[in-house]
Amino acid sequence: MQFQFAQQGLTWHDTYFLAEGLLNTLELAASATVVGTIGGVVLGWVRTVSVTARVATTPIVDILRSVPMIIQLILANSFLSLAGFSTSPFIFGTVALGAWMAAVTAEVVRAGLLSVPPQYGKSARSLGMNRRQELVYISLPLAFRTALAPWINLVLSLIKDSALAGVIGYVDYMRATQTLITRTHETWVLLLGAGFLYFIICYPVSKYSRRLERKIAV
Amino acid sequence: MNGYHFYWSTVWQSFPLMLAGAWVTIQITFLAFIIGTVIAMPMAVARQKGEGWAYRVSTSWVELARNTPAVFQLFVFYFGLGAFHINIPSYAAVLISVSFNNAGYMTEIFRGGLSAIPRQQMSAARSLGMTSPQSFMHVIFPQMFKVIFLAYITQGIWGMLNSSLGMLVGLQDLTGATQYAQSVSFRTFEFFIVAAGMYYLIAKGLQFSALIAFRLMYRS
Repeated sequence: MQFQFAQQGLTWHDTYFLAEGLLNTLELAASATVVGTIGGVVLGWVRTVSVTARVATTPIVDILRSVPMIIQLILANSFLSLAGFSTSPFIFGTVALGAWMAAVTAEVVRAGLLSVPPQYGKSARSLGMNRRQELVYISLPLAFRTALAPWINLVLSLIKDSALAGVIGYVDYMRATQTLITRTHETWVLLLGAGFLYFIICYPVSKYSRRLERKIAV
Repeated sequence: MNGYHFYWSTVWQSFPLMLAGAWVTIQITFLAFIIGTVIAMPMAVARQKGEGWAYRVSTSWVELARNTPAVFQLFVFYFGLGAFHINIPSYAAVLISVSFNNAGYMTEIFRGGLSAIPRQQMSAARSLGMTSPQSFMHVIFPQMFKVIFLAYITQGIWGMLNSSLGMLVGLQDLTGATQYAQSVSFRTFEFFIVAAGMYYLIAKGLQFSALIAFRLMYRS
């Protein structure tokens, strides 16, 4: 008797699998964005005000930016496992993507803070604000204006990079697509579906950020 | 560390394999950088023009390259073409997809640079009797590269980072070779930390040599 595979073609149940993958992609991107942005704002502020901190953190920022994300993911996965944190791929992905996001956001935040004329800060201080008030009410809002568009671009990079989380076993949209391609061999439908999905997430946002860039440049 | 014992000797045994992988990575980085540049130069001019079929083609290229994951682009060229029984080696697939990505990003970088060149430069070149391509090659592009140099080199490094996706299609680049080497002993951490160090050195080496080349070219 010849061996026969169970049903191989695409079925409607697979859309559920893909939807789950999409949800996982968005969850990972969102959590890495939150972690990375909070870390990046703190790191960027520290790097702006203290020369010592800048010198001390430069190698870390530098390394995170010149090592491929796929290797950072594998390292986060294996290192955290060695260190005894046997948690989910979601956490590993958040750590790796969040660390990268923090490093690049720090530079954007620093550029934003440096774009605030020093006189503004001094005026705020002379009006009787303390350093924290000056930062929260004067410098950060002004820095936000400059940093917003580049930050949006970083979030888009993060969403696209999260497609690599499949390497450490996280079933994101790309991984779900790959799994279905392996089973059904409907390569083009699934692959173009994935491309289309990432495109409709990223395209409007990147259009918006470019408009924002132009508006701020004027 | 939970009694984990690091074994570095297995890494050194496979080090020649990783070095060969690093060489593949450098090749792809360099070639994709050149191919991307050659494609991006006319595309940037077309984008600058703002109309016509060349504008539409290059705009679609730019938006596709910038708004989809690099891994998707690689899969299209490897598995996508494979589904049409066009089986290209993984080396070619990685080279094509990284070049595609580079060209898209570089077009936007070049366009930004072109808009920084005063219009009169073009008129002056044309009035000296140069043809349009000549004015671009001898007058406009040399000035443009000076403006966009840093962003341009950063894109080259991005290309190198993207070439690491070769691992996913079985290419023995630095990441792929490391993955292959560690699959014998499963000393994942040791192997990949060494690979990360090598990537860092390659990135710094490329940045440094690009800076030297820039200084030599624009000595003034």
